Amino acid sequence: MNGRSLNLLGLAVVAVVGLTFMFLTPRVVDLDTVLELTIYMIMAILALSLALVWGYGGILCFGQSAFFGLGAYTYAIAMFNMGESTLPVLVAIILPAAFAALLGYFMFYGRISDVYLGVITLTVTLILFNSVNSTAGPEFHIGAARLGGFNGIPGIPPLNWPFNKKAAIDLEAMFYLSTGSLLLTYFGLRLLLASQFGHIIVGIRENERRAELLGYDPRVYKLATFTIGGALAGFAGCLFANWGAFVSPTIFGLAQSAQIIIWVIVGGRGTLIGPVIGCIGIQWLSALLGANQPSGSDLWSKIFANAPLILGVILIAFVLLVPKGLVPTAADIAAFFLRRRRREQRGFEPQQAE
Amino acid sequence: MSISRRTFLQSGAAIAAAGAISSPAFAADEIKVASIHDLSGGLDIYGKPMVDALTLAVEEANAAGGLLGRQIKLISYDPQSNMQLYTQFAQQAALKDKVAVVHGGITSASREVIRPVLDRFKTLYFYNTQYEGGVCDRDQFDTGVTPAQTVEKLVPYAMKKWGKKVYVIAADYNYGQITSQWVKKYALENGGEVASIDFFPLDVTNFGSTISKIQAAKPDFVWSALVGGAHISFYRQWAAAGMRKTIPMASTTFAVGNEHIVLSPEECNGMLICHNYFQDLKNPVNQAFVASFHKRFGADYPNITELAMGTYQGFRLWAEGVKKAGSIDRMKVIEALETGISIDAPSGKVTIDPPTHHCILDVHIAEVNNKKLNVLEDFPQQKPADTAAVCNLIKNPNDNQQYVIKI
Amino acid sequence: MDLVVLLAIQVLYAVASLALISVGLAIIFGMMRVINLAHGEFLMLGGYAAIVATSHGISIWVSMLVVAPIVVGVIGIVVERTIIRFLYGRMIDTMLATWGLSLFLVGLTTAIFGNTTVGISAPLGSFEIGAYRTSAYTLFVIGIAVVVLGAIFAGLRWTRVGLIARGTMQNANMAAALGVNPPRVYAITFGIGAALSGLAGAVLAPVSGVFPTIGVAYIAKAFITVIGGGAAILSGTVSASALFGTINQIATFVTTPVFGEVALLGAAIILIRLLPQGITGRFFRRGL
Repeated sequence: MNGRSLNLLGLAVVAVVGLTFMFLTPRVVDLDTVLELTIYMIMAILALSLALVWGYGGILCFGQSAFFGLGAYTYAIAMFNMGESTLPVLVAIILPAAFAALLGYFMFYGRISDVYLGVITLTVTLILFNSVNSTAGPEFHIGAARLGGFNGIPGIPPLNWPFNKKAAIDLEAMFYLSTGSLLLTYFGLRLLLASQFGHIIVGIRENERRAELLGYDPRVYKLATFTIGGALAGFAGCLFANWGAFVSPTIFGLAQSAQIIIWVIVGGRGTLIGPVIGCIGIQWLSALLGANQPSGSDLWSKIFANAPLILGVILIAFVLLVPKGLVPTAADIAAFFLRRRRREQRGFEPQQAE
Repeated sequence: MSISRRTFLQSGAAIAAAGAISSPAFAADEIKVASIHDLSGGLDIYGKPMVDALTLAVEEANAAGGLLGRQIKLISYDPQSNMQLYTQFAQQAALKDKVAVVHGGITSASREVIRPVLDRFKTLYFYNTQYEGGVCDRDQFDTGVTPAQTVEKLVPYAMKKWGKKVYVIAADYNYGQITSQWVKKYALENGGEVASIDFFPLDVTNFGSTISKIQAAKPDFVWSALVGGAHISFYRQWAAAGMRKTIPMASTTFAVGNEHIVLSPEECNGMLICHNYFQDLKNPVNQAFVASFHKRFGADYPNITELAMGTYQGFRLWAEGVKKAGSIDRMKVIEALETGISIDAPSGKVTIDPPTHHCILDVHIAEVNNKKLNVLEDFPQQKPADTAAVCNLIKNPNDNQQYVIKI
Repeated sequence: MDLVVLLAIQVLYAVASLALISVGLAIIFGMMRVINLAHGEFLMLGGYAAIVATSHGISIWVSMLVVAPIVVGVIGIVVERTIIRFLYGRMIDTMLATWGLSLFLVGLTTAIFGNTTVGISAPLGSFEIGAYRTSAYTLFVIGIAVVVLGAIFAGLRWTRVGLIARGTMQNANMAAALGVNPPRVYAITFGIGAALSGLAGAVLAPVSGVFPTIGVAYIAKAFITVIGGGAAILSGTVSASALFGTINQIATFVTTPVFGEVALLGAAIILIRLLPQGITGRFFRRGL
């Protein structure tokens, strides 16, 4: 089995498991779990957007939540003004992408790099947060949609089947849409990364000067990557606004931004499936820690019912024990055992290069 | 590589499945009540006393034999001041735990997030926090005070005591926006004037230039509708600038987060507030309540807040509704509550107002003095007139929105 | 006229508080390239240390200026020995670890102190400038900022410890070859950075109050100031604080605090676009 067919086998496995999961789950589990899984799928798309931009593109974007939030708000505002959802969905993808392109142009053509990129993107999302947070008065509205400030925009109408205003999609269809989108995004990104474009952006990530000397303009490629990432995050935002039927300015905040970065680090930078797993794992863990609080004031329950404390300890332990992230570490472990078995099978012959 | 991917996809699916299968096993005939209040994050100063009061209420009910002969189980969620978790927990309470009632939501933002979820999945919802008024939803009952009950009393009282020119500072979200409009209305109605209305998002801690602006405007008093831990710094900076003795202050939000205990007496003595409940209210029901609260949670408990009492009263009202309906079925309890059920609560008599699903409550004006709240005047049985002006659920039972009350 | 004086004091205060909250992070990031996302929590712990000390009868000045820095400095050294020391050179991993640390510290303080904590009120009273009253404590904060920055300058420039620190910062291997123990230098530096953060948190406690989640308000501004300042610790922090603090306060004065924040953030973006290596990438390059 060479590397290429291993890769194809892996993709086939993901496809099979993913499709099975998608079609089987609503029949097997209860509605509450379907709703819970839907939001995990949506956030996983957001995680993939940063996995592309940071894991493969090497762009430390501390403000991916800006595009996520823009997508959500754009969908909400457009939906209140138009009433039919096909155009709002498109706008919710195009507007964050355009914003990403603008911001990317500003940053990459200014030759800004690593930590400074992080600061600018963080600053952008904080500006959006501060601005939208102060729109509580009735004078802040775009057409029929009040921005609502801290309270956000509640009661966002759900998606409907394209061009059919009356047929809103139900919760099960929402699950199919989210899971299907996640699978499409995953395979789409795999295709993109396997193409020449993908190899070039990884090359730029590894050594920008060398890529430039080889004739590729890193600014263009980074801009393209950043824009695609922005579009994906905007799409995730649109789905998010649908799932919860609300959007509020905290979507632009530091906590949300840091969350996305944490998912990618925990899952493993440089992989696609890693951030998906990291995202779902941490989301599930946060919900688990918040639910079923014991009703006591003793120190024991104060510590174990304390969601931030437990999550913090887990993250610290993670960094110290599993520094490369879940998926790369798992791959290392698997490779170790594979090598062991091959060595045993072949006795003491020299090993082939991995 | 494929081995690791397969392994991890399998375990990923297993994690998701475990979440689905792991519903805790409840005793078959327990009545389940959900609490969704922030116990961490920025809003925990409000949430913790509310959950404590709810816990006490549930334990009292269970000790008296439960409801309809069944024990009550309280399921407590901590959304960690995160709106996404509010939605998830509301869904979980309604669909997985299938609770009889949800008591929860602190800010109006969190309420408007879970209200449609609980409506959709047909779960009864009690919102027990003071708020800006206007929610008209048959599935929801509101036990907190609204501006027409407190602001309407405090504005003329303050104007009579201090003068007619008021400067308003408010938290920048819909509660602060709407409450400040009510202050303006009552100020103008009583022949006063409003120098300015300034809004501050909830995380602002730098009030230096605001204090200068207030000094320049020379009002007779300042009205504060500031909310949350960060806004406490206004009172500190105000006192540090020596303004506490110069220009007095009135508020209907102060002390709800125990600000009078966090701040020193020099920083807030003399402030006038108006609430439904104060721990020092002198009536036998309250004295018994405070005694049992302290027995349960310790005599050094900082203060039993108005929101905690709102939650306690909300639970008691719901329990009365269940007893009258003889069932925990949602519509039957709603119809029972709509007969105008009333309880003798520690804050006085609390009655449900059928057309609005809000409560008729006593309110009192008090003065902050050395970390205590001294009651100055009582106004019994105030009706929720602001919501009543726009909402009538008897005539329109299918009404389902929050009205922004035009002033 | 009195308004101008008032505004000048407010601007100086904004610059001073920004410098105070950033200098600890500047030392840690400048020396060790560690992105300490728990920086806000060090500030918060400094505030709590001051409050606990004051409530036990220690003079407020001693608790702010002595107890708080020592307590948080010790915590910093403990954190460095147990967590950070394994992560040098791995900037991204320090982000994750310190984010976890910040969650942990928030949870811990909530568990220990609960949500209702008595604060300390600002000493020193108020004074008048023409028709306006303002707090005398703001002058104290400005003074402390000057003293702290001066002490750091003096320490880096004229003491042996400062020399070792600068040498290790510029070339750790060379310093090791010359007999310095870099890990010990890092531990002490992290401790000093944490101590300075604790001092800042304690000094600002009477003004902004202390509650477990107050760190969030500080971390973004400190981060932006430090990065905007560039590679040099002191001149970077001072110049960035001066620029951002002035813009922030003037915008606040003319409009609202929110717009002041937005102006600060906008200025940061423009600055980094024009000076991609921060201020001291271009100006004051040979400064400390």
